[in-house]
Amino acid sequence: MRAINYRPDRTWRFALALLPFVLLIVAYMIGSGVRLAENPNDKLLPSFAKMSSAIDDYAFKEDARTGTYLLWEDTRASLTRLLTGLAISTIIALVLGIVLGLLPVAGATFGPVIAFLSMVPPLALLPILFIVMGLGEASKITLIVIGTSLKLIRDIALRVEDIPREQLIKAQTLGGSSLQIALRVILPQTLPRLLDSVRFEIGPAWLFLIAAEAIAADAGLGYRIFLVRRYLSMDVILPYVAWITLLAFLMDLGLRILQRKAFPWFAQARAQ
Amino acid sequence: MSAIVFDKVWKEYGDHIVLEQIDLSIAPRAFVALVGPSGCGKTTFLRMLLGEEKPTRGKITVAGQPLKPEPDADRGVVFQRYSVFPHLTVLGNVIIGREFEKGGGLGRLFGAKRRQAREEAHELLNAVGLSGNEKKYPAALSGGMQQRLALAQALMRRPKILLLDEPFGALDPGIRADIHVLMRRIWNESELTVVMVTHDLREAFALGTRIIAFERQRDRPEEAERYGARLTADITPGMNGSVLPKGATVTNDFEIWPPKIAGSPAIAADRRH
Repeated sequence: MRAINYRPDRTWRFALALLPFVLLIVAYMIGSGVRLAENPNDKLLPSFAKMSSAIDDYAFKEDARTGTYLLWEDTRASLTRLLTGLAISTIIALVLGIVLGLLPVAGATFGPVIAFLSMVPPLALLPILFIVMGLGEASKITLIVIGTSLKLIRDIALRVEDIPREQLIKAQTLGGSSLQIALRVILPQTLPRLLDSVRFEIGPAWLFLIAAEAIAADAGLGYRIFLVRRYLSMDVILPYVAWITLLAFLMDLGLRILQRKAFPWFAQARAQ
Repeated sequence: MSAIVFDKVWKEYGDHIVLEQIDLSIAPRAFVALVGPSGCGKTTFLRMLLGEEKPTRGKITVAGQPLKPEPDADRGVVFQRYSVFPHLTVLGNVIIGREFEKGGGLGRLFGAKRRQAREEAHELLNAVGLSGNEKKYPAALSGGMQQRLALAQALMRRPKILLLDEPFGALDPGIRADIHVLMRRIWNESELTVVMVTHDLREAFALGTRIIAFERQRDRPEEAERYGARLTADITPGMNGSVLPKGATVTNDFEIWPPKIAGSPAIAADRRH
């Protein structure tokens, strides 16, 4: 049989998906074993035992200085910033995206300036934000909003424009006003597409969050990684990176499930 | 009633003339089929009737009034594709017309008003043969059922004019025959003037009381841009094959036999009590 016709079944699919993860772990264990055999004090590739004791210290034991569980405290601080930023960004993008995509006058007025501003590298604005808004939460959240909302607005506007012209005409022949059409025809069709767009902004949002935390913070996952970097504590950094990755992956998965459950028509229509 | 009159209408896109010198009067309750080769401006003609495009020259009047410059509830439409809203159920697709009409800025109806709209929608869905599918989304319907739904949706606002843009072009022959029966009944029973674009001559003759052909009379490559399509044939039911030249641009006017005359407006009357 030709390679292009060989389709794995469910069990095989699961096993195959697992395989690269297993290989990565095995490769790490071999590398770590070789280095530790040479030098038991090597900090670069710590053993899993070392990492699990670090996880135990950070997640399940109170920190002596602050009296908190550091991993959960960092996670709470980071997720609060990230989710606040993404939520603000999403609401701005939904409203402006629909207005820009639906109203030609608004699109002509604000489309070019948003296209231009979305090219500003958000990290270059970080010093400005720190100067203007101080080192607190506001500047970090603002960075995430600036970094993700402009792209989201453009994306939503494009997706609104992708809705077939026939539907707008049809809605008008049914007597819909601009507002009614926006609320009953465009908004509900934009929501599932918005979830897709937000999924793609999760990665950038984490990037901006960690960059901001690395520079100025007193808690947060990004802050912790950059703090313990000074002591070459790879046994802390690696679990933290894995934890961040897992959180980002779960957010992505959650949005995908939400899209499927909340908008059952969307997958059907897309399949056609 | 609402006679549609095209008075020396031209449509040009820049240098490109699509339609020229269209003089045409469509009687109330007529079922006009527009035929012609691809790219001859049939759809442009329909879009002008919808109010989606403006004529470059000349004017269009409905019942003596200038045509409104944007689509409105007086003119229903069914397209070949994308005619129904994918995010609404079958029932939701039909009710939305009433919700736009009476639901205020939010376009939503509640309580008794909603129940009444739902009853009307059920009747319409029954009339087009879709009862029992109220809760499905359009994507779960076959192409023929989607077009039936699009018809029911368009009829909810009781338009005076129904515009059809190759509505049955993508359907299988058997399904198309069934939906032709439905279409003829709708036209017969509601107070509608129908204008339908089609490539299918058999469909045009099966449904139309009048067939109008558009054609570019000069179509050499160097001429194509500067000469638009004209009305080249105008066929009306009546005596077999008689040719009645009408105006300068109409070259043929055949009458179809047997003559088809719209009956009493039963669907519209039924829904009024």
